[in-house]
Amino acid sequence: MKRRNLALSIIAIALLLLFLIFADSSLDSYQKRILNLCAIYVILGLSMNLINGFTGLFSLGHAGFMAVGAYTTALLTMSPAIKEQTFYLEPIVAPLANLNMPFLPALLMAGILSAFVAFIIGAPVLRLKGDYLAIATLGFSEIIRIIFTNTQSITNGSLGLKSIPPHTNLWWSFGGAALTVIFMVFLIKSSYGKAFKAIREDEIAAESMGIGLFKHKMLSFVTGAFIAGVGGGLLGSLLGAINPNMFRFVLTFNVLLVIVLGGMGSITGTVISAFVVTSGLEYLRFLDETIDLGFIEIPGVAGLRMVVFALLLMMVVVFFRNGLMGTNEFSWDKLISFLKRKFPFKKEVGH
Amino acid sequence: MFFQDMTFELFMQHLTNGISLGSLYALIAIGYTMVYGILRLINFAHGEIFMMSLYFAFYGVAMFAMPWYVAFIVTIILTCLMGMLVERAAYKTLRDSPRITVMVSAIGASFFLQNLAVVLFGGRPKAFPTVGLFTDVLKIGTVSLQRLTLMIPIATMVFLWGLLYLVNKTKTGMAMRAVSKDHETARLMGVDVNRTITITFAVGSILAALGGIMWGMKFPQIQPTMGVMPGLKAFIAAVLGGIGNIHGAVIGGFLLGIGEILLVAFLPELTGYRDAFAFIMLIAILLLKPTGIMGEKISEKV
Repeated sequence: MKRRNLALSIIAIALLLLFLIFADSSLDSYQKRILNLCAIYVILGLSMNLINGFTGLFSLGHAGFMAVGAYTTALLTMSPAIKEQTFYLEPIVAPLANLNMPFLPALLMAGILSAFVAFIIGAPVLRLKGDYLAIATLGFSEIIRIIFTNTQSITNGSLGLKSIPPHTNLWWSFGGAALTVIFMVFLIKSSYGKAFKAIREDEIAAESMGIGLFKHKMLSFVTGAFIAGVGGGLLGSLLGAINPNMFRFVLTFNVLLVIVLGGMGSITGTVISAFVVTSGLEYLRFLDETIDLGFIEIPGVAGLRMVVFALLLMMVVVFFRNGLMGTNEFSWDKLISFLKRKFPFKKEVGH
Repeated sequence: MFFQDMTFELFMQHLTNGISLGSLYALIAIGYTMVYGILRLINFAHGEIFMMSLYFAFYGVAMFAMPWYVAFIVTIILTCLMGMLVERAAYKTLRDSPRITVMVSAIGASFFLQNLAVVLFGGRPKAFPTVGLFTDVLKIGTVSLQRLTLMIPIATMVFLWGLLYLVNKTKTGMAMRAVSKDHETARLMGVDVNRTITITFAVGSILAALGGIMWGMKFPQIQPTMGVMPGLKAFIAAVLGGIGNIHGAVIGGFLLGIGEILLVAFLPELTGYRDAFAFIMLIAILLLKPTGIMGEKISEKV
């Protein structure tokens, strides 16, 4: 059994690698961009799922962490010449002007800074519960955005940063996503993961079993923020231009959507729904454009895409409350027994 | 120091502006606080209901050329219906679901309305019609104000009195208070819980419409995303005062409105941080007294 599952996993990973090689060489840049976005949403979704789904902390501050990550990565990877061009209204502060790093350390710095911000925010905020926690984290994320809008000499204010070096490619984004998935699987299996779940199920029971509530909540919050920061960095580098208005509440909402549709507390669910939601949003784009049926032209309505999308979301929330996977995870054993049940004749062929 | 270039007239002007902004926050905050009190749900769509009311009034007056009082009554009725519809579509089916699911549905409803407004009304800002009776400038001594600035707090007080009468003196109000304590017990006592919840949404939406109409005359630029910030701030006002408590929402609204205006008036260099003020207040109150100024201490049952 074990050996079969290992073999299947290796085959699946090999197939994914082959697909990536194929995608990298033969897909056009638009399709690659969507794939990149999907993978980045896997990273962001998992980071939020760690905090909201596994630990049960209702945090709505993700856009703030992503902003910190995106700005850090952008400022660390932009060359001094580009920075001078971008900051035409007010020159950038001295130490940042000449700082330049390769992509990987910049991403790590993004994660570390974002985790540090989470640590500072978490100290007071994590004492709150439920809706209060949600609103306080939302407030902090808005404060981060407002600070970024006003610190002209560090973040270029509302003008935002442009010509960020486009480092993000399929290897970076899928590599990051794969690493995050592996990390999450091990984290959730570890004693920390079990403690997180215990806190989610019942704080008081968890505490009386000797789980340090504050320590574990903080750990989950800071780890989630680290991953979100890295995801934000990848996103900024993919888009090439960022400004504070990108990091409004809507962004947090998009990530929340991914984890709710996938199932709060399911890694598999988040991965699947990140792909479904991101590519779904792109496929719905035809709603905004004019449709030509040959004999009649249906004029596109700008914004209709988001209306349909919000409607679909609400229908899913109303009719499938636990999302796609609930708290279940994918395993080869389950898949095979499912297939056997669905197609019983296959079993006889196999024998 | 502060008062060096702040004349008395200017100060009075800022203060009255703050009070009228505070009244508007208070009116919207009541909608949040009532729904939270009864359903333990942050009705994220409330800001969008407020925004829609502005568009209803705009179309009533500017497009269908109704006299302002007819248009305003139509606005109030439409907004009220919309509030009930949102409750029906987004919350009623999720009554026994986990909190986070309902919250996502609420955010979804808000998102939906916002984008619907973009599709129906267009993304470009529109100018809210001016009604001479309210928007003319009034001079009291050396202080010049729009009539509206004085009318808003008075109107708010009247609406508030009506609301308190409804909640404290009528049978419906008694049902509301009962449901907010305990759904099951209220049901056993013969209260129609679903009907009471619908009425709560209707009342909250009517107040949002009243706030919206006055907001539109005071800040006459409307666009589909305009509900977000007032919505968030009004919610903060509700938390500030102690969520679930109507008096608290009003106090919170005034504190926030006056504080925000005076901050910008006294420290103009912080203008960019104007929106952050509310959030800082929110976090401060959550840390110092999470139940808010008027909130009761909730003990946890194990």
